[in-house]
Amino acid sequence: MIPWTTFIWAFLVGGAICAIGQIIMDVSKWTPGHVMVVLVVAGAILDGLGWYDPLIRFAGAGALVPITSFGNALVHGAMLEAHQHGWIGLITGIFEVTSAGISAAIIFAFLATLVAKPRG
Amino acid sequence: MSATKGLSSLTYKQLVEHHTPAQPILRNTARAFVVGGAICVLGQFVQVLFVRYAHFSVTDAGNPTVAVMVLLSVIATALGVYDRFAQWAGAGSAVPVTGFANTMAAAALEHKSEGWIVGIGGNMFKLAGPVVVYGVVSAFFVAVIHYIIIHL
Repeated sequence: MIPWTTFIWAFLVGGAICAIGQIIMDVSKWTPGHVMVVLVVAGAILDGLGWYDPLIRFAGAGALVPITSFGNALVHGAMLEAHQHGWIGLITGIFEVTSAGISAAIIFAFLATLVAKPRG
Repeated sequence: MSATKGLSSLTYKQLVEHHTPAQPILRNTARAFVVGGAICVLGQFVQVLFVRYAHFSVTDAGNPTVAVMVLLSVIATALGVYDRFAQWAGAGSAVPVTGFANTMAAAALEHKSEGWIVGIGGNMFKLAGPVVVYGVVSAFFVAVIHYIIIHL
């Protein structure tokens, strides 16, 4: 079960990751796109070090919802397949875990485009 | 004439910096923290609902949670709410996965008039593409290093 304190940690950890992104954006004058790339790569590296899973267990959605978890999930998929099928899994498994996020974004974005009108 | 001369002695960059309104880092960071934290708390509610009512394990509930957050973000984008809110929240709305979904829906919507294939299909990943490319490339190298270390 998820303890109620997870809500507090989700707020603090998720907020902190976004705050880090904002500081990078303000200090370096990068676009949000640059910052998202940096955070995705950071998420992949943190998972490689084995630090991201403990963060998810502890902060729940605070670690799952920021884009860093996308990098984490990509590494997870590759490692999962590599354990089951050997080195080829490093290629075949990359999108295994992230399918939910990517597919949902493509499908919902497409459907929204069907019904919505562009706004200036 | 003398005024133009005075201006030209400044570099263009200095001029731009002079006229750019000061962006207080502290205020922006506080906004990003609060908004980003709030989006994650919303995500936490969704995850708890999946665990409690759909009987997912805590780990298995992660993926559907992300999908629901993506759906909410796309709806907010289609209604034109997300982009207005993003101007205020900065990284607070860009860093969560909702920001990723927002860039895809917004890019597709913006280029809708250019047609189904070139407009929507060709532009959906215009902004989200770099995240996918560098995410996959970095994940590949991290996984390769991990694999080599394990199998040495």
